Amino acid sequence: MADGIHVKGLNAWFGEHHVLHDIGIAMAPKAVTALIGPSGCGKSTFIRCLNRMHEVVPGARVAGAVRVEGQDVYAPGVDPVQIRRKIGMVFQKPNPFPTMSVFDNVVAGLRLGGMRERAVLQEAAERALRQAALWDEVKDALTKSGVSLSGGQQQRLCIARALAVEPEVLLMDEPCSALDPIATAKIEELILELRSTLTIVIVTHNMQPAARVSEATGFFLLGELVEFGVTRQLFTNPRDTRTEDYITGRFG
Amino acid sequence: MSIVAASAAALVVLPLLLIFAFLVWQGASAVNVDFFLHLPKPVGEPGGGMANAIVGTLILVALASALGLPLGILGGLYLAESRDRQLPWLARFVADVLNGVPSIVIGIFAYTVLVLPMKHFSALAGGFALAVIMLPIVVRTSEEMVRLVPVSLREAALALGIPEWKVLLRVVLPTARAGIITGIMVSIARVAGETAPLLFTAFGNRFWHQGLDQPIAALPLQIFAYAIAPYDDWHRQAWAGALTLIGLVFIVSFAARVVTSGRFSGVK
Repeated sequence: MADGIHVKGLNAWFGEHHVLHDIGIAMAPKAVTALIGPSGCGKSTFIRCLNRMHEVVPGARVAGAVRVEGQDVYAPGVDPVQIRRKIGMVFQKPNPFPTMSVFDNVVAGLRLGGMRERAVLQEAAERALRQAALWDEVKDALTKSGVSLSGGQQQRLCIARALAVEPEVLLMDEPCSALDPIATAKIEELILELRSTLTIVIVTHNMQPAARVSEATGFFLLGELVEFGVTRQLFTNPRDTRTEDYITGRFG
Repeated sequence: MSIVAASAAALVVLPLLLIFAFLVWQGASAVNVDFFLHLPKPVGEPGGGMANAIVGTLILVALASALGLPLGILGGLYLAESRDRQLPWLARFVADVLNGVPSIVIGIFAYTVLVLPMKHFSALAGGFALAVIMLPIVVRTSEEMVRLVPVSLREAALALGIPEWKVLLRVVLPTARAGIITGIMVSIARVAGETAPLLFTAFGNRFWHQGLDQPIAALPLQIFAYAIAPYDDWHRQAWAGALTLIGLVFIVSFAARVVTSGRFSGVK
């Protein structure tokens, strides 16, 4: 069900520390939404609330309503494992599994989810690697260690790994901040290609990628969503002075 | 500075080299095919070997590993993963104290809980005593190694929608594997040479292995018995036995290094 992501009254804590205040946002399906803001503003915590990864941190707590593609993420009895299968995530630092080959990394989600048929895994691996624009570079190196690839390749491997389980949503937590400009350009190109099939939310603390790849942008500051709107409008004609200060580089 | 460091390193290695050289010098003359294949000869007759003790030590170490390793690895995993505070703290403290308990006390413990009720010495009691010695080493090294696995890997696996227990068994443990195996090797090397806890448990035996509920020979016990005996031939065999023991430990450690030095070995 292409319904996008709807969040109402979302609050999040680390222990006693209240890091997200009453976030409300509606993100369109099959589009790219960018979340920008200075480090520590809560944007990463926010997307970790969408796939129930926030609660993985000891002492972390969350309250509020989140609906992703028609499913109530925090309804009682909902298994976080099922939520995470539907909502893939790519992290800031490339994190392929060091004990697995390139191939095993890509199919890890399927295999550990119980899929054993070799043919299915092989097909899924090729499809995901092609989607992640990595297939041509690694098709002869599928048995090599996942960590033997370059940083940019590792990040695309992680994207392929997330895509292999065919999620409906892909969350990307500063996917390019550890990469050089060429690798960054490749990932951005990839995001533009993926948006026809997936709902994508990308967190970033610098503005150019957000401006380049997203349809809508949200600006976070000190745990609050200051402004949310069409990307072009937010960057050229922000409504809030704090947004203007941030995008013109006056702070942050 | 580097000269000081280099000589310190040399001093660290020196005792092992000296022990090894001394063992070879004293024991090599008694190492022959008979030594590895034959039972000890009756008192006064020259020749014979320690085959039964070599087999006995292997059986005892295998028993101890079967008891101690699964428990130790799972215990370490629990200590590293638990969000609880009190129980892990207590378990860690107990493991550290247990690690410091003299091995002879552990022997007496095994004697009380196994040998007395069974009414005779046995391989089982020996293996149990050695397992108790292994346990804290394996628990603590496993815990440390599991802790070294980056949080980012767990999160990557969890975010793929993999259930937590599978993340532990299929991602976290394999990543910590090399370090855990090193800990296992350390514990095996430690118990393979233990003598005191076997005195009241395995007891020793001059014949082949006769069942796990019977007394069993062990290299350290045989070395001890032969070394304090008044016969030159036995002294030579005791040296040879010590050489064999070190050789066994060396082979096991070396094999483990080879096994774990694979390409995808994760953290070390």
